[in-house]
Amino acid sequence: MARAVKTQRKAINTALAWAVGLLIFFPILWTILTSFKTEAQAISDPPVFLFFDWTLENYAVVQERSNYMRFLWNSVIIAGGSTILGTIIAIPAAWSMAFVPSKRTKDILLWMLSTKMLPAVGVLYPIYLLFIKLGWLDSRVGLIIVLMLINLPIIVWMLYTYFREIPGEILEAARMDGASLREEILYVLTPMAVPGIASTILLNIILAWNEPFWTLNLTAAKAAPLTAFIASYSSPEGLFYAKLSAASVMAIAPILIMGWFSQKQLVRGLTFGAVK
Amino acid sequence: MATQHSRSAARLMMAPAVFLLLVWMLVPLSMTLWFSFRKYLPLRGGDLGWAGFDNYVRFVTSSSFWPSVMTTLMIVGGVLVVTVVLGVLLAILLDQPMWGQGVVRILVIAPFFVMPTVSALVWKNMFMDPVNGLFAHLWKFFGAEPIAWLSEASMQSLIMIVSWQWLPFATLILLTAIQSLDSEQLEAAEMDGAPPLARFFHIILPHLSRAITVVILIQTIFLLSIFAEIFVTTQGSFGTKTLTYLIFQRVLESQNVGLGSAGGVYAIILANIVALFLMRIVGKNLDA
Amino acid sequence: MTLKGAFFAASALVSVSATALSAEVLTIATVNNGDMIRMQKLTDDFTAKTGHEVSWVTLEENVLRQRVTTDITTKGGAFDIMTIGMYETPIWAANGWLVPLDDLSEEYDADDILPAMRGGLSHDGTLYAAPFYGESSMIMYRTDLFEAAGLEMPEAPTWSFVADAARKITDRDNEIYGICLRGKAGWGENMAFLTATANSFGARWFDEDWTPQFDSDAWEETLTFYLDLMNDAGPPGASTNGFNENLSLFQQGKCGMWIDATVAASFVTNPDDSAVADKVGFALAPDTGKGKRGNWLWAWALGIPAGTQKEDAAKEFIEWATSKAYIELVAANEGWANVPPGARSSLYQNEAYLSAAPFAEMTLKSINSADPLNPTVDPVPYVGVQFVAIPEFAGFATDVGQEFSAALAGQQTAQQALAKAQALVADAMEAAGY
Repeated sequence: MARAVKTQRKAINTALAWAVGLLIFFPILWTILTSFKTEAQAISDPPVFLFFDWTLENYAVVQERSNYMRFLWNSVIIAGGSTILGTIIAIPAAWSMAFVPSKRTKDILLWMLSTKMLPAVGVLYPIYLLFIKLGWLDSRVGLIIVLMLINLPIIVWMLYTYFREIPGEILEAARMDGASLREEILYVLTPMAVPGIASTILLNIILAWNEPFWTLNLTAAKAAPLTAFIASYSSPEGLFYAKLSAASVMAIAPILIMGWFSQKQLVRGLTFGAVK
Repeated sequence: MATQHSRSAARLMMAPAVFLLLVWMLVPLSMTLWFSFRKYLPLRGGDLGWAGFDNYVRFVTSSSFWPSVMTTLMIVGGVLVVTVVLGVLLAILLDQPMWGQGVVRILVIAPFFVMPTVSALVWKNMFMDPVNGLFAHLWKFFGAEPIAWLSEASMQSLIMIVSWQWLPFATLILLTAIQSLDSEQLEAAEMDGAPPLARFFHIILPHLSRAITVVILIQTIFLLSIFAEIFVTTQGSFGTKTLTYLIFQRVLESQNVGLGSAGGVYAIILANIVALFLMRIVGKNLDA
Repeated sequence: MTLKGAFFAASALVSVSATALSAEVLTIATVNNGDMIRMQKLTDDFTAKTGHEVSWVTLEENVLRQRVTTDITTKGGAFDIMTIGMYETPIWAANGWLVPLDDLSEEYDADDILPAMRGGLSHDGTLYAAPFYGESSMIMYRTDLFEAAGLEMPEAPTWSFVADAARKITDRDNEIYGICLRGKAGWGENMAFLTATANSFGARWFDEDWTPQFDSDAWEETLTFYLDLMNDAGPPGASTNGFNENLSLFQQGKCGMWIDATVAASFVTNPDDSAVADKVGFALAPDTGKGKRGNWLWAWALGIPAGTQKEDAAKEFIEWATSKAYIELVAANEGWANVPPGARSSLYQNEAYLSAAPFAEMTLKSINSADPLNPTVDPVPYVGVQFVAIPEFAGFATDVGQEFSAALAGQQTAQQALAKAQALVADAMEAAGY
């Protein structure tokens, strides 16, 4: 009896959760479907869902117009580079905040977060002028550094909350065994923190990949990532839903696939200290 | 535990991050401050000299200023309410036993991976377009007059688009928090005959308060500066001009860098007020 | 001929003419319009002829403006060639930011550029950007719908005829809207249309002392007329429709009339994209009998930022992309109807073009009837038909456009929108030091 009630409840939960899940996912699904339609089918009324002549033409058109691989490669380098650089700088900082906290630790943390509140548009001219002086305009190095700085506070915070949950006694023990500070971080702390670091890295790759302002405004041809790629497909002349969909799928697919495959790692550390 | 030695080592290790962020904050900030006191019109020859507080006065007395502050707060507030409420409900739902939980979770977090520009383009064209959008088809199917979403319900539409992007983030954090809830406590309450609502308000919600705080804090930081979504959908028309967007218009469309920089200073002030406010109400939750 | 063969043949030519000694890579910023995308596809021809390569930065119009303006004002040097319009060119040239194009080759035949285009892209009589294509605006209408309604479109209609016809044709149950006009806010969107229309109603942006004129009766008449017409005969959600949205609507057969850029004529008559390709007629933009028609003048042109290291190669590209030979190249690849229009006189004497493009004659008439130097009924201190050629215009016109767009969406009355517009522009002009 109780088992039957449980099964029934599970069935209802399942149905409800799947309905909600599909509803949330639907815009992406619809974009993927539309990308395989012709332009006429893309706007047909009533809309066609699955039974249309699937075509790859839109992808061919997009590929012919823009060198997708170059944009993709730039996105990979910029998102990956800024995340790795940020993590390298953030790990020692987070370590010291977590294990040698002082009265000002929390203030420093909040101050770091507050640097993210500077509206990007307001400093476009200063940064642009600076980039010209440094010769960083349209270079991947410049973008890696800017995105690293933008995301550094988040990286530090995530690592800090994660490190804090690691019992200090273990580090203490390592120290007793004569481990130097470097060894302590490298061989004791880091392996234990791998899940947290992995999750931090994943989240920041996503944030860097999707950053829409600097990646567009500080690049031209050489360093332009996928955010600039998509800017050439928004509202062109004539019917464009199918081509826009194809370009959208191409822009989000790599990160979506990465996210899905690594969602366990991403979720595990994505707590920002919210769970005790 | 912390010795003098490790204390100074700690300071040393924090130095690179602190130094970099200090530079990243001070350089643009001081340049913004400098420009905000200059009559800087790039298309009229650049820096035309000292402007005193003219830019500040002009920016704040413009008829667009207060509406833009209100719009900013409404969008941030609206998205926060939607994502937190739906996020809690969704997290509770996903925490229940079910078949295919992993797949559902993948479906739910997917929007978080979509770049803001793409999400805005897809919503604007393929869903909210009053003639060819899917919503228009749906409305017509039920015999209703299609809605011109982005002009007639601009604010709601914008909040919806942004909420769609941030709901997965909220849900994930809240879900992790719910999963850490002691299930025995809930079962005991159930045994005692506490109705579901009471269980929700007395056990689940208090347990989630810390996670909700985190969601609000992180999202506020990102939402205060949303730009791409507005740029793609309404371009600031129909009452969707946020402070960030107003600054964009002053700097890039009007080509008045001085005026825009003064706006930037106001935006920083607003962000700090919001941050202070946040710390007051939610900061207690953050104390470890 | 293989590509390699072409390349060798071309390099032989180059070494004879000795123009480009070293091959360069040009970075060109352009807008994602159909004609520019065609140009991208044909870049190989340029590379084969000159040895220079091109990397394209193709952006949506608003993003493009934002990018190139930032770069030119800061002398960033991110681009070797920028795609700009009639509004930017004279302002940038006056600041000395563009390389003058006064030494183009004999065979390029700069005198062949239509005088209206040449005038709009020059500063002090020197050409600073070469027109890739030029446009005015005109009425595109559905001949079948007009016939069914028993209407006949005159070659030069009045606004009252257009308004009556639009209301007659409208059939909301079948999603036929009498008239599609721009409503999306932006100085290059709804304000381009409304400014040109206002000219035909006898309104103007400023009087001769630079006082904004939105409190004038003529503006009130213009805006009220536009709002009434769109409410009665326009498509739903018109306040977010710009050029692209209306083009799409017209191609789907949902508009009875569309008053917009003349370049759209080749898109709406192209059977590949348009469901109504064989049912489109053309007429001049309407007037009210006050002596000005509501048509604008615009060109998308290629300019070289001053200070680029690759000036010679950039000039070679501009000569290639805006030459007569390029037009022939497009004609050979895509047909005459798809060549970039409105830039050269010779195109309008070309029989092959005239027979392939039924809209050619009306396009030329529209372009020739627009007068940027005397755009309005009453005298004005500014140049420009659908814009005012001062640096502040883009900013305040977009603000005004948002007020008018909100009025179209029914969120405020014409009077409220005009009052706000008057205040906004007065404030912006004061900030600019007028």
